[in-house]
Amino acid sequence: MRNRIIVLGFILFSGAFIMEACQSEQELNYARYYMNGKQVYEQHCQNCHGTDGRGLAKLYPALTDTLYLKNNKSQLACFIKNGLNDTITVNNIEFSGQMPAESHLPDIDIAAVITYITNSFGNKQGLYDVAKAGADIKACQDLNDDKQ
Amino acid sequence: MKLNSLFAACILLLAACSGNTEKRLPILGEREPVEKVVDGKTVTDTIYQTIPAFSFLNQDSVSVTEKDFEGKIFVADFFFTSCTSICPIMHRNMLKVYETFKGNKEVGILSHTIDFKYDTPSRLKSYSEKLGISGNQWQFLKGSKDSVYTLAEKSYLVAVSEDKAAKDGFVHQGWFILVDKDKRLRGAYDGTKPEDVDKLISEMNILLEEYK
Repeated sequence: MRNRIIVLGFILFSGAFIMEACQSEQELNYARYYMNGKQVYEQHCQNCHGTDGRGLAKLYPALTDTLYLKNNKSQLACFIKNGLNDTITVNNIEFSGQMPAESHLPDIDIAAVITYITNSFGNKQGLYDVAKAGADIKACQDLNDDKQ
Repeated sequence: MKLNSLFAACILLLAACSGNTEKRLPILGEREPVEKVVDGKTVTDTIYQTIPAFSFLNQDSVSVTEKDFEGKIFVADFFFTSCTSICPIMHRNMLKVYETFKGNKEVGILSHTIDFKYDTPSRLKSYSEKLGISGNQWQFLKGSKDSVYTLAEKSYLVAVSEDKAAKDGFVHQGWFILVDKDKRLRGAYDGTKPEDVDKLISEMNILLEEYK
């Protein structure tokens, strides 16, 4: 009898736990990306773009231009992976300096840091996962291959 | 009675605070005692380490020497324009120093590039303009490798070096060095830490008081 109660309790408990986990799996996933992204940001981006994402004058662009991030969302992964040499306009300021490539970063870290950036500094654009990062990077690589 | 003692305590506290403003900054670096004969008596005087004569090109390709800093206290640092490690943080913080003392004829800022190949005056000009600097209160200086590296290590006591293994090709320390009107070292602050830079700003005011 006693054993039954324990077993039943255990089943109920783990059942509730699994339900809970399923419901918030997406939230958990997002939280995991965001937290990892924060670390990647601090290590690879923060020196220039700043703790508050405000950049530095006309040297390094701010990451607060939500519209720019939205319009160029599928390009962001390539910017990070391959660096950026083009002139871009962010917050109505033109930037022509070179952003170094972080070619050693795996797709998962790039996805994480984009999730972090596009959900910090006044941005709220949700999860950007590793599959999306992989596809975006492949697309711009194909584009580059075509050019050559 | 109670109120009176409270009042007295406040006065004492105020007195203690105002006493603090008479703080004097230390003189850093090497020193050497010298004996001099004054009025027939031998006295011991101290010679402090100073920043020696220099001549560099600034962002406007104009030659800048120590004479341009006569009657000024100044802050010096070492950086390079393509640096993505500590330099952006240093200059984000130095910008605060610049804004605080903007237009003050007694204050100068010198940023020496350690990238003697790539950082030409025109690159320094573009960098300073993008940072929002105009005029010549904040000078961005270029010199030969020897002259800049020797000045950094021997005079400002800041370690700089070329390092192929480092990400951007150079390693250096992020000190902001405060120099008085007699070219003596009066303080070293970590230019990557905002709280250290706030301390620099308040100590620059203390130093300026010495010359009033």
